[in-house]
Amino acid sequence: MDKVRANLMLCAGTGCVASGTPKVKEALLEELKKRGLDEEIKLVLTGCNGYCAEGPVMAVYPDQVFYQKVTVEDIPILVEEHFLKGRPYQKLMFKEPEKKTAIPRMGDIPFFKHQVLRVLRNKGLIDPEKIEEYISRDGYQAMAKALTEMTSEDIVKVVKDSGLRGRGGAGFPTGLKWDFASKVKSDIKYMLCNGDEGDPGAFMDRSVMEADPHSVIEGMVIGAKAIGAHHGYIYVRAEYPLAVKRLQLAIDQATESGLLGGNILGTGFDFHLEIYLGAGAFVCGEETALMRSLEGKRGMPRPRPPFPAHKGLWDKPSVLNNVETLAQIAPIIMNGSEWYRSLGTEKSAGTKVFALTGAVNNVGLVEVPMGIPLRTIIYDIGGGIRKGRKFKAVQLGGPSGGCIPESHLNTPVTYEDIVATGAIVGSGGMVVMDDNTCMVGTAKFFLEFTADESCGKCTPCRVGTKILLDMLTDITEGKGKESDIETLLDLGRDIISTSLCGLGQTAPNPVLTTIKYFRDEYESHIRDKWCKAGVCRNLTTFWIDEKLCKGCGACLRACPSKAIIGEKKQPHKIIQEVCVHCRTCYEACKFKSIKILPAGFEGDPSELLEAAAAAGEGKKGDSK
Amino acid sequence: MPRLTIDDLKKIKEKHRSDFTLREGGYRAKVTVHMGTCGIAAGARAVMTALMDEITKANITDVIVTTSGCAGLCAKEPLATVEIMNHPPVKYCDLNDEKMREIFREHIMAGNPVEKYALVAGCESTY
Repeated sequence: MDKVRANLMLCAGTGCVASGTPKVKEALLEELKKRGLDEEIKLVLTGCNGYCAEGPVMAVYPDQVFYQKVTVEDIPILVEEHFLKGRPYQKLMFKEPEKKTAIPRMGDIPFFKHQVLRVLRNKGLIDPEKIEEYISRDGYQAMAKALTEMTSEDIVKVVKDSGLRGRGGAGFPTGLKWDFASKVKSDIKYMLCNGDEGDPGAFMDRSVMEADPHSVIEGMVIGAKAIGAHHGYIYVRAEYPLAVKRLQLAIDQATESGLLGGNILGTGFDFHLEIYLGAGAFVCGEETALMRSLEGKRGMPRPRPPFPAHKGLWDKPSVLNNVETLAQIAPIIMNGSEWYRSLGTEKSAGTKVFALTGAVNNVGLVEVPMGIPLRTIIYDIGGGIRKGRKFKAVQLGGPSGGCIPESHLNTPVTYEDIVATGAIVGSGGMVVMDDNTCMVGTAKFFLEFTADESCGKCTPCRVGTKILLDMLTDITEGKGKESDIETLLDLGRDIISTSLCGLGQTAPNPVLTTIKYFRDEYESHIRDKWCKAGVCRNLTTFWIDEKLCKGCGACLRACPSKAIIGEKKQPHKIIQEVCVHCRTCYEACKFKSIKILPAGFEGDPSELLEAAAAAGEGKKGDSK
Repeated sequence: MPRLTIDDLKKIKEKHRSDFTLREGGYRAKVTVHMGTCGIAAGARAVMTALMDEITKANITDVIVTTSGCAGLCAKEPLATVEIMNHPPVKYCDLNDEKMREIFREHIMAGNPVEKYALVAGCESTY
């Protein structure tokens, strides 16, 4: 008997492996064997499923039942109930955040329901370590078509017409890039893939490389045919060991099967592909710096022109495409440009993968048609803000991006509309922040990153980001000056207009957008020495409102420095001299009786709090 | 693995079709063997094994087999529900190895429900 009646797709992406996939796998195999089900039920390890926060996750086919947070202890009962008796096991199903009812089927879970999968078409459906599985999902058919039925011009035209734009951040039309490189005459050209994903919080490229490495390889061979390249490199950060392992395995399998290397599929076309490990410098995601790094030199950008299409790697014509861009090529070749344009907007066609993280209920990878509003992603797919808190801002585009406030949540996600808000789509990192977030602190966080990662070649970026960071640090420590906001704005604009590469040209964005939308927060930090979110320690006084305090003792027990005193059922009090401003009590209080006041505040704060509440209401009204 | 040709790509896809029928859907028929405690006690396991064996021998990929719990009619176990796409499902009762093989040949392959073993047609669909 070799008929298999069910496939268990257990996620073996980096996130789920860290949460326990290897042990769950062993336990599952053992239990299936014990129950005599090991021949009719097949366990398949997949790449990242995207729903990383609830890992390890597993989808069961043909039932399409989705399980999350699977543990070794759950296995015996899960196998008996579902796989033997056919009763899907409720305990491990996704539960609606509000109603707590279990949703068994993957397609009904809001996180998955609103997504449209093109880049992630094979996510959770194939074993990325077996080339036959990729081929079974029409893999390498597009490459066969491109190599046998299409000329270089045909390929360039389809990709151009599709409107596909580079998913690495800048959004340059992919077809145009290929067109430039294909028209340059040269004995040697290079087709390169940028897997140097460096934005904090972004992991879509890693996910694609782990879950569907062959889709990147296929895209590269098609690109190589379009521009006339016979050698290529995938530049991946060494911090992605699983992605590197699966890519290497995929390259080996493809080469052995004649889908890479010399005389691909007997068509006479050659393409040799190698992986190059980057050391993790953020600037190496910039194309000219990446090429220098590939040459074995220090990764630093150089002025353009000449553009890489003319003089790239080792001064030969080169095309560098992002992982996500390349993963879209095969379906475009198979289905045509019109199909690709059927989703998205006129200028931003197709779908985009976002790494949704931060203060939302459902954290993970989401692929959506471009042009849908930010609100849909955060509330319908993300399931809204965690713990019922209030939305404050969403940070798009990582350290190069900006913060978008509530009033702009209806902005459609397209390259143009997002840029108009002051942020960028970037590679697709999307960090949601709630009202516990200090926006000055957020800007400082990203500036710490860019100041650290600036390669130092050009002065505006090297010195400018450091000055921005110093000023932000001063503001968060209560040493801000009234003139600081204008200086930040002036300096930020200067850095943007005079920096050599994309790192410096975008580094001030987090500062500029937080000032644009949250200027009042900068002002209250500087003038009132008051961080209303209670994050900047030097700018807070924690105070218990006696009228609201029930004397439950939760704060007293939580306080690490024993700064809170009070009898049971009597209002408590914070001893200011002992308080370390850690905000633990604020989090612990269930009655909202702990208030955040300006630094060094003494006396009765009721007037101040009323004024602040009124200002908050007014602002909320304005934004609508 | 030997070097592939374009034809080989299609052959590999065919070879793995049964796995992907499970994952992607698009099957022609679905058989649900009721495997509650009552079903198992009455011999559902042998019914399931016979069915899987027939499918393997027939070398087809468009019929899927799944299990479900007690159908509420414990006295008539083992039960199985045969759903041919776009036809009402048929529930069979008091099954055994031989009856299941006959149902496979007559109903699933030839398209004629086996009335003598049928309990009811057009019952509720399982999820």
